[in-house]
Amino acid sequence: MRFIFGPGFFQSPPVQVALLVGAVVAAVSGVVGVFTVVRGQSFSGHALADLGATGGSGAFLLGINQLWGFVFIAAVAAGAIELIGLRLPRGRDLATGIVLGAGLGLAALFLYLDTTFSNTTGAAITILFGSIFAIDSSLVPVIAGLSAVSLATVLLLYRMLLFTSLSPDMAAARGIRVRAVGVGYLVALALAVSLSAMTIGAVLSTALLIGPAACALQLTTRPGLALALAALIGVVVTWVSIVLAYDSYYWPPGGRGWPVSFFVVALILTAYLLTQVPVRRLFSRWVSGRAAGNVRLVGR
Amino acid sequence: MVEPTRVNGEEVLKLAGVSVWLSGRQVLREISFTLRAAEMTGLIGSNGAGKTTIFRVILGLQRASAGTIWLSGRAGSGHSPAIGYVPQTVALDPDMPLRARDVVGLGLDGQKIGMPLPSRQRRKLVDAMLEAVDATHFANARVGRLSGGEQRRVLIAHALISRPQLLLLDEPLINLDIRSEHEVVELLSQIAREQRIAVLISAHDMNPLLPAMDRIVYVAAGRAASGTTNEVVQTKVLSQLYGRQVDVIRLRDRVLVVAGSDAASAADHEHAHAIADPGLV
Repeated sequence: MRFIFGPGFFQSPPVQVALLVGAVVAAVSGVVGVFTVVRGQSFSGHALADLGATGGSGAFLLGINQLWGFVFIAAVAAGAIELIGLRLPRGRDLATGIVLGAGLGLAALFLYLDTTFSNTTGAAITILFGSIFAIDSSLVPVIAGLSAVSLATVLLLYRMLLFTSLSPDMAAARGIRVRAVGVGYLVALALAVSLSAMTIGAVLSTALLIGPAACALQLTTRPGLALALAALIGVVVTWVSIVLAYDSYYWPPGGRGWPVSFFVVALILTAYLLTQVPVRRLFSRWVSGRAAGNVRLVGR
Repeated sequence: MVEPTRVNGEEVLKLAGVSVWLSGRQVLREISFTLRAAEMTGLIGSNGAGKTTIFRVILGLQRASAGTIWLSGRAGSGHSPAIGYVPQTVALDPDMPLRARDVVGLGLDGQKIGMPLPSRQRRKLVDAMLEAVDATHFANARVGRLSGGEQRRVLIAHALISRPQLLLLDEPLINLDIRSEHEVVELLSQIAREQRIAVLISAHDMNPLLPAMDRIVYVAAGRAASGTTNEVVQTKVLSQLYGRQVDVIRLRDRVLVVAGSDAASAADHEHAHAIADPGLV
């Protein structure tokens, strides 16, 4: 046990906050991410996440917590994507690309100003790759609240989201306001990526959004179960990553831990590759082989 | 023309003089027809004739610029559980986490807030509907991985489970092999009769529907002629509809509609025509 959990792991307040916030954020991202994958909005999700860098670096300039920057910019970007995307037929991808380009340009400027004119040298790393061990514990209730809003939105819209993903026309014919459902979902998505930008950074927050969902979709055909599995995979990956990052303090080059984000992304990739192993086919071949053997025995 | 007396049912949907302009172009010109309970009607016409617009008007997804629609005797249409709808293209992602039974369940309560609570009654309804379209053996399969004909059957069950009075199917036979085509037509015909639902099926080729169709609405260039197949599919009626000379040729149990009066050219085009298009060749 001591070998897995480094000395002082459970006593360290930053670790406690990291375990709590990491789990909440990963669970929400996993659930929201299932619909991102099903609705084919991975690019929107990725753009909203990357744009977090603009908000985060802007917040650093203003001297406020980067969470507010993440949330503010994601809300603005989601609105912009929706507005432009609606005016152009099938323009959502195009709109996303335009908004993303403009936002990242601003991020470049803000980060330059952050690192040049203020003494926040760690700003770039914190914003781009997260700071799960440096989350101000006073923010925990805020993060929990925003997570609850995001999760509640998706669960309330659950059937309508599935229906509109199946066919927007069929959903509209049943009286579902397809556009309103889409906007509601975009809000939930913007919140989810903002929150995971806090833990694993703006650049990598899509990993927590898409990765667990993609794994879950390989494992189950049931929509409800896919949500639960994605949340579970996200939480397990985050917790294992926190443990590994804590342990990595003693790894080369020594004296400084490895970033949690690296472990999260590495573990998600591993999990996804594992779901690609055709276990069931191997298993069924083994079973049918045995069945064939039995038939032969009976035949004799 | 004298309407043949029918035992069949009450009026479910009536369109009277419905016209639609889309961006300055008139796509529907004074369309009138009536759909009755327990009858199967074919909405026949080539691509771009206005079939999908007629569906969208009935569903309330497109406003009629002129004319009136009555649904079950009441003016106005729009989203109503009384209408079941299966669109032409439903792009089902193979990885989508939806089983056939989930799709049917969405037909029951997909417009509601929150997650569906598992209930024995809901499960029984879904199971019964899956059985009605002979989909029980793939009820738990990912819907995106089913064949075209199987997906069609699941979508029909989805549309039927809300017990509609009217079932609209936009090109349900497209991309189906001949056997699935036949199965789907048989299934729809049976549903219309047994559940006394008015069924409207659009198709660019009327031939697969001929054995099962009670009435036809033939659409060309935004106008429509309706009645029984024998009344409508005639050289005189269709020539008037197209506004030029067309010929109706009957080959055993198949019908070809061809431009001009040159029988030789019709024979040349017979093959492509019978498969692809009832419109002008």
